[in-house]
Amino acid sequence: MLEEPPVLTPGQTFDSVTDQIADAVLTRPIGLGWLAGLALAMGLLAMLGMAITYLLLRGVGIWGIDVPIAWGFAIINFVWWIGIGHAGTLISAILLLLKQSWRNSINRFAEAMTLFAVACAGMFPLLHMGRPWLGYWMFPYPSSMGVWPQFRSPLVWDVFAVSTYATISAVFWFVGLVPDFATMREKARHKYTKAVYGILALGWRGSARHWKRYEALYILLAGIATPLVLSVHTVVSFDFAVAVMPGWHTTIFPPYFVAGAIYSGFAMVLVLAIPIRHYYRLENMITLRHLQNSAKVMLATGLIVAYGYVFEAFIAFYSGSTYERFMMQNRWFGSYAVFYWLLILLNILIPQVLWIPKVRSNIKALFLISVVILGGMWLERFVIIITSLSRDFLPSSWGHYTATRWDYATFFGTLGFFFTAMLIFIRIMPAISIFEMRMLLPESEVKSK
Amino acid sequence: MSHGVLAPAIYGLLAEFETPTELVNASQAAYRAGYRKIDAYSPFPIEEASEAIGYHKTGVPLIVLLGGILGGASGFALQYWINVIAYPLNIGGKPYNSWPAFIVPTFEMTILFAGLAGVFGLFALNGQPMPYHPLFNVDRFSAVTRDKFFLAVEAADPKFDIVGTTRFLESLKPLSISEVPH
Repeated sequence: MLEEPPVLTPGQTFDSVTDQIADAVLTRPIGLGWLAGLALAMGLLAMLGMAITYLLLRGVGIWGIDVPIAWGFAIINFVWWIGIGHAGTLISAILLLLKQSWRNSINRFAEAMTLFAVACAGMFPLLHMGRPWLGYWMFPYPSSMGVWPQFRSPLVWDVFAVSTYATISAVFWFVGLVPDFATMREKARHKYTKAVYGILALGWRGSARHWKRYEALYILLAGIATPLVLSVHTVVSFDFAVAVMPGWHTTIFPPYFVAGAIYSGFAMVLVLAIPIRHYYRLENMITLRHLQNSAKVMLATGLIVAYGYVFEAFIAFYSGSTYERFMMQNRWFGSYAVFYWLLILLNILIPQVLWIPKVRSNIKALFLISVVILGGMWLERFVIIITSLSRDFLPSSWGHYTATRWDYATFFGTLGFFFTAMLIFIRIMPAISIFEMRMLLPESEVKSK
Repeated sequence: MSHGVLAPAIYGLLAEFETPTELVNASQAAYRAGYRKIDAYSPFPIEEASEAIGYHKTGVPLIVLLGGILGGASGFALQYWINVIAYPLNIGGKPYNSWPAFIVPTFEMTILFAGLAGVFGLFALNGQPMPYHPLFNVDRFSAVTRDKFFLAVEAADPKFDIVGTTRFLESLKPLSISEVPH
């Protein structure tokens, strides 16, 4: 048996963890690598700005969507991004309830990742509406038109699920940050920096009464965020499963969408954690243990996803429905077959190397596999949406979908938004929860007399 | 003490400790000595510390529960009112009150209200935001966000008396004792 690496390398003190995390923000000079990354990310962000501007001028006709494939990239990207967000909530809420203290070193930036991923996801349905400035029509409010949302539609459920998810993720993140803002307030030397952190810390002073309420709320928020995160991707899967479209109308969608969400989310966690721990020299806090555990979660959720694919195919034939059977044959051998087999390769076959312990401790391999999984999960949504919509019941209404340059510009633009936000986040806020790291130290325990 | 002499205008006394164990022991001793207006301060949550100062129950869970009930009830009521009273639509012959379809928004509203009630409730109970507090006048107190542990005895405590309380705190062997000005 291999010895498991520690969650936190020995020899740390309250002082050293505080300084290491806070100084990465307060005193570390801005590096060339960070600037280069920001320049690249902001370049993509500028492209997003152009793509959206042109979209608002010309309408959604600049995208590849048509009838019958009215969903296209917008919905693929929406599902992909929101899935990525799910790992952040899993790490911060579910692993907290399960008392997995190793989460303490990765929950903060995973929560930030959730927030930015949900922001990216939220853009797509808005832009896809064609007239985003009328987006508030989705909410129930007494309008002068006298109409109300249709509450029997999963698309309305989605509005509630995603907006609740965004709100709860944001407050969970902020509540977690308050004690650390107090640390930053005390450590900051510049007057204005001190003032800004001071305002954000809301006058936190570490009172035992405050901590007691704080802990009560933190665990309750975790308790409500857990069913919430499971509900969000379930509701996203209802957007498909409640429709009668062949390949969508299936009961396996909710669990396999949730598993896929966590699968891609952990892949994104690794894609972010590996460079952050390297460039900010946080190898003593984000240890090999975290990377290995994430790899194990990916392996497990990946197998659930594989089970979903197998049963999708089985049910398609077992159902006896001509349309379902044709849908499956079309995925395997139709005009988009190459994407289906690429999906199987990226999402199911390649990640099986994670069974090998040596691969799980090879950082470069983990990074590559994570990128592969992110690509695979994107293809999964592509296959689900495009193959089903392009070949529905009536051959006379079949169609073909090709993404335009504006589709790609918008997709890569949101990647720019995401990485810009992450890069700025790690420069202005403690990327690791300082007070929860102190709790990992043995001297944080109260020894009974 | 004669009425002619003003009591010192201080918030209280602040004792500094090195470890969480010392803080908890000191808090227990202060509580046993009859002090009630005391508070323990630490850089991370210490369950034993709030127990030691006699703070056992918080109102937060009840606020979260009430928020959740309010959210769920108003979420369902909103959908019922819209679909049955204000804007009835016949969708595939389903009843106007097709409650299974209303479960998801009801659930989401429950979570939303519970979460927001909890967060605002926490800050309300803590009296936050409170940018100024007398304790911030003590320079050493800055380490409470870092690596030191503090026990404050407020002057408002009936048992408080500057000489006796100082002597009591000294008996706990703290790193330092500071007077906290207002």
